[in-house]
Formats: sequence, structure tokens, C-alpha cells
Amino acid sequence: MSEIELLNWARGPGFQIASVIFVAGILIRLVEILMLGRKANLAEAKGSAMSSGLRTIITRTVPDASTYKRSVFTVTSGYVFHIGLFITIFLYAPHILLFKDVLGFGWPALPTSVIDATAVVTIISLVAVLVHRLKDPVKRFLSTFDDYLGWFVTILPLVTGYIAFHRIGMPAPSLIAIHILSVELLMIVFPFTKLMHAFTLFLARYYNGAISGYRGVQS
Amino acid sequence: MSASFEKGYNALKEQVDSTVASFFSSCVHCGMCAEACLFYTETGAPERTPINKTEPLRRVWEQEYTLFGRIGKLFGLGKKVTDEMMAEWETLVYDSCTLCGRCSMVCPVGNDIAGMIRKTREGMAAAGHAPDGLIGATKRAVTIGSPMGVKLPALQAQIAHVEKDTGMTIPVDVEGADYMLLLSSMEIMNFPEFIEAVAKIFKHAGVSWTISSEAFEATNSGIQIGVSDIAAELVQRIVDAAAKLKVKNVISPECGHAYMAIRWEGPNLIGKAFDFKVVHILELLDDLRQQGRLKVSGRLSQRLTYHDPCQISRRGGVIDEPRNLINMFADNFTEMPDTGKMNWCCGAGGGVSSNERADEIRLQVFQRKKDQLDAIHVDGMISACSNCRIHLEDGLEEYHMDMPVLSLTETLAENLEDN
Repeated sequence: MSEIELLNWARGPGFQIASVIFVAGILIRLVEILMLGRKANLAEAKGSAMSSGLRTIITRTVPDASTYKRSVFTVTSGYVFHIGLFITIFLYAPHILLFKDVLGFGWPALPTSVIDATAVVTIISLVAVLVHRLKDPVKRFLSTFDDYLGWFVTILPLVTGYIAFHRIGMPAPSLIAIHILSVELLMIVFPFTKLMHAFTLFLARYYNGAISGYRGVQS
Repeated sequence: MSASFEKGYNALKEQVDSTVASFFSSCVHCGMCAEACLFYTETGAPERTPINKTEPLRRVWEQEYTLFGRIGKLFGLGKKVTDEMMAEWETLVYDSCTLCGRCSMVCPVGNDIAGMIRKTREGMAAAGHAPDGLIGATKRAVTIGSPMGVKLPALQAQIAHVEKDTGMTIPVDVEGADYMLLLSSMEIMNFPEFIEAVAKIFKHAGVSWTISSEAFEATNSGIQIGVSDIAAELVQRIVDAAAKLKVKNVISPECGHAYMAIRWEGPNLIGKAFDFKVVHILELLDDLRQQGRLKVSGRLSQRLTYHDPCQISRRGGVIDEPRNLINMFADNFTEMPDTGKMNWCCGAGGGVSSNERADEIRLQVFQRKKDQLDAIHVDGMISACSNCRIHLEDGLEEYHMDMPVLSLTETLAENLEDN
């Protein structure tokens, strides 16, 4: 297979296969959660479950001051790499073109120099996150294969994208093909790992806020 | 309570719903819940991280309710729950957790971890992996009517004392009263002043009330150990007594888990909404305050703070009421760092105080409360849970700290104007 054929496969059949697994996997996971249902609460409410649940989806993004102080690294690095991932994935001009192809609409991009710097910061923060996971007694204790796999498939597209952007070591088509394949790996693995939290956290935060809000406490 | 691994496994299966599934699906193993839990912060033991305490429930969810877990199970993959594993988890689930719910407030993805540990206990108890102390308390609650073995004659004796000391009449089995008061065994045996305080306040405010001789016990070991059938039976006794006396309201006393049991779990345990309202004593008192029916005579100048009982504040929703009441009589009320819904547990709720095996660790983790108190230099601490009070007194003694621990209801009663 020539490098152009590889690129075409990655862009065509490869991307289709990954997309189907990604979308179907996420749907299966969400449906199997929601199908379990939950019993109606028969106790008389003291507050609104729904408005509190919706509020918690937003408010849980920011910890209270004393919690932040106790988990400075986890919270700060969490913000950095999540925002970094958002910027590099969604605000890079060539990516927006792809989204426009799929979705039919696009949005303004950030200058490539900004994306480049963000990618470096994000890669560094993810490396720091891994080191912390290996060193911190609680994180190391809790970690399973899933945590390391999720980390690997997340950092891989950043690294391959960075290399492709700077055309290091190989001709451009190969580099781009490798980058696209690494994203496809992420898409395939995504629904079956903790990366699913990107979707289920909305449910979890809603339920948390609703459970508390029903009793008159904003969580 | 005949227990077996199979029953435990099935009990865990029954606990899985869409909340549990979305919580487990969202956990990213960030470890922040550890920093919210005094059993971790004061011991540094990673296995005491709250989310780890739910592992038996997580494994059941993964193997029974996820497509990939089920496929994995066919090939013998994935981590299974075994009887040995559950036995190993017993001290984590019961001795190292008070169900205080601070982890649930901190989890960045929004997992109600304390709720999941509460559910895990259902499986643990059914499998026979619950502490002896709690099993004993639960058996006494069912057979005698009280976890401490307090029978009606004991209550009658305390009532007679109070009536003799004060000249007031304590209404028992009065049909059609507005409020039926529940009491915790701890109040009956260790703090009978509470009965006197309530009688005095209700006389002052003109509240029509009664105690039922058939269902006076407010505590519910069933929800602490995690046996819903027993918890429901204990709730049903109160429901029946309330119907018999035709009362419109039932008062939950100064006890944290009693409020959780009757107010929030009660109707769900028996599968039917109540025909009466459940109010916490502090909610009722604050209501009376708002109506101008409480007149205080003196004000206290000491520097006082309030310890939020977890099941009343964070898990119960009674947070502003105690503060409104304290400000009626205290000139110098000071909050601890991390207060209200973020307060730290005393260390002995959720059945920990009934579990002798946990005596050492509950005093060890009291260091967290000590640090909170050291930061504000107060003369006294008010609370609204007799279980918290007993343990706070224990802890203060252990750490050589000298300050009174007061009941909010009793302190209010002492400062009321004489009618």
C-alpha cells in the first residue's frame, strides 16, 4: 500500500468504520444506562430536583475553595488539558473544515500559532497527569488498564498531529495518515473506556444535583 | 436475617439503576473523593478512597448491566465479586464510612458516592458481611423496638421524672394532636433533657403534640446496616402509630440518620407516600420563630459554633434553620471553616458508633474536627444530633479539648422567656 493509498483508506473506509463504532458504541452505552430507569421518589420534595440537577451540570465544573486547595494539581491540570483538547480539536482550521464536511456548517478558527502552542501545553500537561497518576498513592491505587489506555489514545492524536503539522521525519501524506489513524483508534476505544465520561458526566451531574435538590440542598 | 453470598449478589443487582450506571460510567479515577473523606485525610490509606468502597457494586454493574461486561463474563474476563472479596470490603464499607456524603459534593463528574456506598451495604448485609455491633442493634430494633434495647417502661420512667421535675404533663397517646414526637434511644437514655426542652418550648409556643407509646423510636438501624426490609418495617410502625393517633405531622428529633430514615427514605421504603408530614424538630422550631411564637429572654455572649450533622444538613436539607435559631440567642456565633453542606462529619455516623470494631478509627479521624475547631477558638459547640454529641464529647476528651457540646433544642429552651 502506497502512502497515498494509506491516506485514502484512513480518510475513507477507516474513518467510516471508526465513526460507526464511535457513534453506535456511545448510543449503546447511553441506552443501556437510561433503560435501567429509576424509581419515582415518594418522599415529599423540599426543593426542585430538575432545576437543581440542571444547575449542578454547570456548577460542578468549579470546585469550592477548600476542595481546590486539597486537589490543586488534579483540578488545575484537569482544566489545562481539557481546555487544550477542546482548542486543538475544535478550533484548528483544517479540523473545522472536516466538521463542516460532516455537519454542514463551520465556525471561526484560531491562528495556527495559537493551536501549535496549545498542543504543546496540552501534551506537557497530559505527561504531567500520567506522572502524577503513577506517583500519587490514591491515583495509583485506583488506576486500572482502562486509565492508561484512555490516556494513551488521548495523547496519541496530539503527538501525531503535532508531528504532522511540523512535518517531522516522513512525507506529509504518511504523517497525516498516521494522525488520522490515531484519531480513529481514539474513536474506536472511546465508548468502551472511561472516556465515556465526556457524555455520561451530564447524566451523573444531573442525578447528583437532582438527588440533593429534591432535599433542598444545592450540590 | 439468614445471609448468603447469593442473596448479597442479588441484593447488589437490585440496587443498580440509571443513577448508579451513569455514576460508574463517569468515574475517571481522579481521586478527589479521597480528599473529601476524613477516613482518608486522617489516615492516608488509599484503600479508604470513597469510590473504592463501592467496588462490589461496581463489579456487579459491570458484569450484569453493561454489554461489554457481559461479553467479558462469557469469556471469564473482568473482575468478579466473590464472597471473599466482600468479606475483605466489610471494614471499608462499614468502619471507614459514615455515609456523610462529603465525597458526593466534591466529585467533579457528579457521582453520588455516598448513595452508592449506602446501596453497597444492602449487598454486604444480605451476604452476611456486616459488623456484629450493627447486626445486634438491628436485631434489638426489630424485636425490642429500639437499637439500644430501650423499652416502653424506660421511656415512661423518664417521662415521670420530667413531669415530677417540671410540673409539666408530657402528652402520651393523645389522639388528634397536631404533632407526634419521635425520640432516639440515645435521647431517652442519655439526654432526657431533650424531652423536657421540647415540652417547655411547645408549652411556650402553644403546640399540640403527643408521644406514641407504640412507636416512639426514631432511629432506624435498617438504613445503617443496609437492610431495606427491616428499615421498612421500622418505618411502618411509625406510619401505623401516626394513623392510629390521627396526627397530621411527625417530628423527627435531634438525630441525623433518623431524619434520613423517616423523611427521605421512609415513603420509598414502604412504597407509599405518607398521609402526614415529616418535619425535623429544627424545621418546626424555625417555623415557630418565623410566626413569632418563640420569645427568648437572655442572650449568650460566649463564642459558639454549630456542628452540622451530615444527615440533617448536607444529606437532609436542614441548613439555614439551625442558624436562624442560634442567632435568636447567641451574640457571638462563629462558623467553622467548611461548614453547612460542606461540614466535616464527626466521624461516628452511619452506624460507625454502633460498631465497636471502629472505636479506634472514629477517634483517630476526629482529628479533622479538632483542626476545624482549632481554627476558630470557640467556647462551645452546638449540634442537633445526639449521636454526634456523644461522639463529639468522646473526641474532645480524647484530644484533651475542653468545651461543652450543646443541644440546639435544649439551649433554645433554656433561653426562652417564661410564660
